[in-house]
Amino acid sequence: MNGIPMAAGWLLAAGLLTVGLVGALARRNLLFVLLSIEIMFNAAALAFIVAGARWNQPDGQVMFIFILAISAAEVAVGLALMLRFHHCFGTLDTRAAAKLKD
Amino acid sequence: MYAILWLIPALPLSGFLMLALLGRSSERLAAAISLGAVALSAALALAVGGQFLLAPPPGGVYTQTLWCWMRVADFAPAVVLQLDALSLVMILVVTVTAALILVYSIGYMKGDESYKRFFAYMDLFVASMLLLVLARDLLVLYVGWEGVGVCSYLLIGFWYRDAANGRAAQKAFIVTRVGDAAMAVGLLLIFSKLGTLDIPDLLSRAVAQWPSGSAPAVLAAWLLLASAVAKSAQLPLQVWLPDAMAGPTPVSALIHAATMVTAGVYLIARLHVLFALAPEVQAAIAVIGAVTLLLAGVSAATQQDIKRVAAYSTISQVGFMFLALGVGAWSAAICHFVTHAFFKSLLFLCIGVIIQAMDGEHSLFKMHGLRRTLPVTFFACVISALALSGLPPTGGFASKDRILGAVYEAGPGGWLYAAALAGVFLTGLYTFRMLFLAFGDMRESRKDTGGMRRPTASMSAVLVCLAVLSVAAAAPAWPAALGGHAWLPQFLRTVLPDGASTLRAGTERTLSLIALQVALAGAASGWFVAMAGRRMFERLTSSTVGAALHAWWQTGWGFDWFYTRLIVWPTVWMAEINRNDVIDTLTGLCTWTALAGHRLLSRTQTGRLGWYAGCMAAGLVIILALMLWT
Repeated sequence: MNGIPMAAGWLLAAGLLTVGLVGALARRNLLFVLLSIEIMFNAAALAFIVAGARWNQPDGQVMFIFILAISAAEVAVGLALMLRFHHCFGTLDTRAAAKLKD
Repeated sequence: MYAILWLIPALPLSGFLMLALLGRSSERLAAAISLGAVALSAALALAVGGQFLLAPPPGGVYTQTLWCWMRVADFAPAVVLQLDALSLVMILVVTVTAALILVYSIGYMKGDESYKRFFAYMDLFVASMLLLVLARDLLVLYVGWEGVGVCSYLLIGFWYRDAANGRAAQKAFIVTRVGDAAMAVGLLLIFSKLGTLDIPDLLSRAVAQWPSGSAPAVLAAWLLLASAVAKSAQLPLQVWLPDAMAGPTPVSALIHAATMVTAGVYLIARLHVLFALAPEVQAAIAVIGAVTLLLAGVSAATQQDIKRVAAYSTISQVGFMFLALGVGAWSAAICHFVTHAFFKSLLFLCIGVIIQAMDGEHSLFKMHGLRRTLPVTFFACVISALALSGLPPTGGFASKDRILGAVYEAGPGGWLYAAALAGVFLTGLYTFRMLFLAFGDMRESRKDTGGMRRPTASMSAVLVCLAVLSVAAAAPAWPAALGGHAWLPQFLRTVLPDGASTLRAGTERTLSLIALQVALAGAASGWFVAMAGRRMFERLTSSTVGAALHAWWQTGWGFDWFYTRLIVWPTVWMAEINRNDVIDTLTGLCTWTALAGHRLLSRTQTGRLGWYAGCMAAGLVIILALMLWT
């Protein structure tokens, strides 16, 4: 662990978050949006690991396991929603659901 | 026996409810319910009156608590009926005249499409009026006061298909509302200062707490006087009464002559202790009465419409009562109320017969020679005219004599007495002018009398009854100086303790003689105006000055003209300016802001997932930035 500079860990986490955010905002396919959100989760988890290593605390790893559990639950709900979405609109394009109008 | 007191107002009220809730019904049934309720009420009033004379209740006052109206802290007005000499006289007059007028109405209103509605309103009126005179609490009195106002409105506008009738009803309602508002303020003032509205309580507290002429006493008296002035059609709020003649004639007889318009007289007599604490208001009552008496008398003498003559005459006669109240002759005012109720309702009922016989014609100048075609009505009308002018042997002579004596005593030779005598002269003038114009054989007698609508037997019977009552009312009020007993003022003395007359019997006889001569002179000039000197007066009223004066007096001294410019036009002008409601734009600003915000925010609701997620991310960044920087 000592070989890797901490800043590199932060940068990687930030980079992953940006990639995930851009993907979530830009992609129109719901599946890819979900994937991007998973990437953002992992970015956050990585930030915890790096922080835990920096201050020699086990809490970082505990939080990582938490995040894994949460993202698993999120994926379950997200996939279920995606199935309903496909059932309703026959597509996974999020634009199809832009029906809320004034 | 006294325990049935509550039934007296309750019976007409139940009559009204039955008629209101009853679906379609025959004229006969509607009349039976209405008349039955009022007649029963009159019978009970007579029974209670007999009991009152034979075995008066302790202290001369019987009270009956019906229920507690509401209880808020120590404010607990109870609905209490109070029977004393004054309210007994009032309920007797109200129920007896109402019953007689209802009998008359059965014939008069026959064939009217709203026959049932008429009788329902009349019953409601009688119930309200009885509540007004029996109330012990000013708050309950106020209920009756407003009740009679509503009935007056409903009955003036009874034939509502004619827009003029509706306008007359609105005018009456709005003008009397001025007084009602003053009364409400007066009640609040009395309650806040004295802590009670129970009439005997408040009078004793007023005497204890307010020295004579103190500011609250004067203010309360002014406010109550304003309400009495509006209700009793006195100057300056008399303008509604002549227009109120738009209602059916029995309504004019009962409400706008015999009972409701004298409610103001009753109110002042009932609260005379309070008015005695405010000497300047008391003096103002006398002045208002005297001026009203003269102005209305002059107007009455110039009218063409026979009903308007009677309307101005009512204003003038109530002015007499106010004059009596103003000089502290409370019982004289009530005596005049009693006799006036009989002879004026009689006069109106006669006018009703005449108008029906003339097929709706109101103009005096198109009537003549009705004496032969309507003999009973002629006889009744003569009795009523004698009473109205204050000629013996009628009740009008006795009661007017009492008032004149009291006015003379209050300030011998003063201008109030002169005004009262002038009023007597004018009364004789306009009464006999009307009588001779309607019944006199000025031109050739009528030939086409076959198709005339004649009064039914019951209507004639009512006229005879009221004529008898008009004469008989003289007995209890006949002045002692002329060999009478003056029984009615004695009877009222427990409630209205005006001092016994200090005039010597000789002076009283002289005063009576003067009044009699003045009344006779008035009657003679009435005959002259209508018959002998008619041509001369026609020439006089066609000259420029004469015509202008005549028009001025005929329109009631231009009060309507003046009020239209003083109140109606500015109000309409303000309404025109404020068409878009300036105040409302402030409230409208709230709606406008909410709507603008709504439009702004609803633009962010695109339905695009990416946009939402971006907003969330941006929001997170902002929150984080705020947390880090502060």
